[in-house]
Amino acid sequence: MLAFTLRRAIQAIGVMIAVGIIAFSMFRFAGDPVNQMVGMDTSGAERAAIRKSLGLDDPVVVQFGRYIGNAAQFKFGVSYQFRLPVTNLLVERMPATLELAICATIFAMVSGILMGVYSALRRDSWLAHLFQAVSLIGISLPTFLIGVLMIYLFSVTLGWLPSFGRGDVVHIGWWTTGLLTVSGLKALIMPAITLGLFQMTLIMRLVRAEMLEVMRTDYIRFARARGLTTRAIHFGHALRNTLVPVITVAGLQFGSVIAFAIITETVFQWPGMGLLFVQAVQNVDIPIMAAYLMMVSLIFVTINLVVDILYTIVDPRLRSTVSRAH
Amino acid sequence: MTEPVLSVRNLQVEFASRRGTLRAINGVSFDIAKGEVLGVVGESGAGKSVTGLSVIGLIDPPGRIAGGEIHLAGLRIDNLPPEEMRRIRGKRIGMIFQDPLTSLNPLYKVGDQIVETIRTHLNLSEQAARRRAIDLLAEVGIPAPEKRIDGYPHEFSGGMRQRVVIALAICAEPELIIADEPTTALDVSVQAQIISLIKRLGRDHGTAVMLVTHDMGVIAETSDRVAVMYAGRVAEIGPVQDVVRNPLHPYAKGLMGAIPTLAGDDKRLVQIPGSMPRLSAIPRGCSFNPRCAFAFDRCRAERPEPLARGTQSVACHLYDTAPAETAA
Repeated sequence: MLAFTLRRAIQAIGVMIAVGIIAFSMFRFAGDPVNQMVGMDTSGAERAAIRKSLGLDDPVVVQFGRYIGNAAQFKFGVSYQFRLPVTNLLVERMPATLELAICATIFAMVSGILMGVYSALRRDSWLAHLFQAVSLIGISLPTFLIGVLMIYLFSVTLGWLPSFGRGDVVHIGWWTTGLLTVSGLKALIMPAITLGLFQMTLIMRLVRAEMLEVMRTDYIRFARARGLTTRAIHFGHALRNTLVPVITVAGLQFGSVIAFAIITETVFQWPGMGLLFVQAVQNVDIPIMAAYLMMVSLIFVTINLVVDILYTIVDPRLRSTVSRAH
Repeated sequence: MTEPVLSVRNLQVEFASRRGTLRAINGVSFDIAKGEVLGVVGESGAGKSVTGLSVIGLIDPPGRIAGGEIHLAGLRIDNLPPEEMRRIRGKRIGMIFQDPLTSLNPLYKVGDQIVETIRTHLNLSEQAARRRAIDLLAEVGIPAPEKRIDGYPHEFSGGMRQRVVIALAICAEPELIIADEPTTALDVSVQAQIISLIKRLGRDHGTAVMLVTHDMGVIAETSDRVAVMYAGRVAEIGPVQDVVRNPLHPYAKGLMGAIPTLAGDDKRLVQIPGSMPRLSAIPRGCSFNPRCAFAFDRCRAERPEPLARGTQSVACHLYDTAPAETAA
């Protein structure tokens, strides 16, 4: 078990170094950063001084080593546009994105699992058919369109919810949260639903398909022959067996939720990392882009690792194969 | 004579399909007394398993019981509401399925599955149920049950898993056990152990057993009586020695002729020509007539009803010649 976890962790580090190479190479190929930072009338001597202070004169390998070394300590340099350390910028905006992503995932998991279980158990009811139809919409309509439509309905027409921003936030240490104020919660509803809708339909369809599959297995038939209550069979036996693949997908999707929060954050002007990234792209602010790339990769890799470990907790069969294989 | 534990009368089971209604079971009747083992044999598709499933009330749509009655110790159970039938399943009727590898939920410890079943049916505390589960595992012959109870199904071998399945089937002391091909998926050496286990449990607890199989050897070893099924009907039923030594129905004769003997005489095994009809194309009259060497006109026109013939009962027109003997 420990050996398994260690091996996965080493693999994860390998992936991060590969991503680091890509992030670093952005600096080399996306134009001269000094030109981005200075005005038209900066003299050549000043340019050279900036170049030297940023270490851009050193050999590539040295620069890369320095970059990775700094990245490992979460130092990603100074943003060209804000003239502030990238890490500070990201940390400042991280709570907004994480809160949004976590709320979206909780929304997607809870409603996705409930709808999936319902439509598997009452396959022919009109509500199950409605869920199927809604899920088709959720899976085929692009996120930004749903966001814009919701803004039109709930903000412009009905005026119930704010159309942009995060509302009032409360500071808890370095973390800022919108979960403790009414305006913060109201501002969270639409972005979270918009961001979670795709995952919700995905989870719903997955749960439905898996549950139908599990209900056909011998051990469910045997559970019925043992005279267990319908509730015990559906929620004790069938649902738990259904959740193994659902955990994987939901876990891996959490990475995409953070990565694709870019679109939702742009639509709702949500002050998170995604919005920062979009602004960075517009201004060719490479340190931010590179740091964002590294961070999203780190989140993906971490989630993969956690999902692998979670697996062995849910499914006892993996526990023994894992310890036997190492 | 005391009331039989299980009494099935003129059972009919239908499956609605796109091409009309298929009748899988068409007028099956039999009794099982307390402590008796009834073997049910027949080819695949003869309706053995469907009969077992209808007794325990697990025929899934599109299938349904279309006629007849099933009585468990006098109580009619074929038309009970689902919740009452659920209470009977596992408590008064235990079931053992064919494949022990897939009968247990892989994510739960075997002990938890047994305790869950016990506590569903009996009013016992967690500890009492666990003690009972350990006793049950010991009774079905699992070594070191107090350790194995916390094992997961994948940590058990096929034969051991089938023992766990049997422990689950008997955990509430049922009056009737339906064993649907309990040994088919097991090694031959393990088969014998499981068979003697089922037989012993039936004897010790006075449990009636309905043993569904297509293995005549298993039937001969275990059963008190045997029912030979063909195309959804009972062709012949009677004490196992009589039916094996002196089969009456031409189909039963064919089946017994197809068993190799240990004596190993070089005779070719008898083969019954043709195959069992599909449910959508059951012939008129006796469903066996196209394959029967003795078929005559009446067999092609009129369905034979069971006739008593000594200790046996046979559904064949060949035996309808002596009215005196059929008067029972």
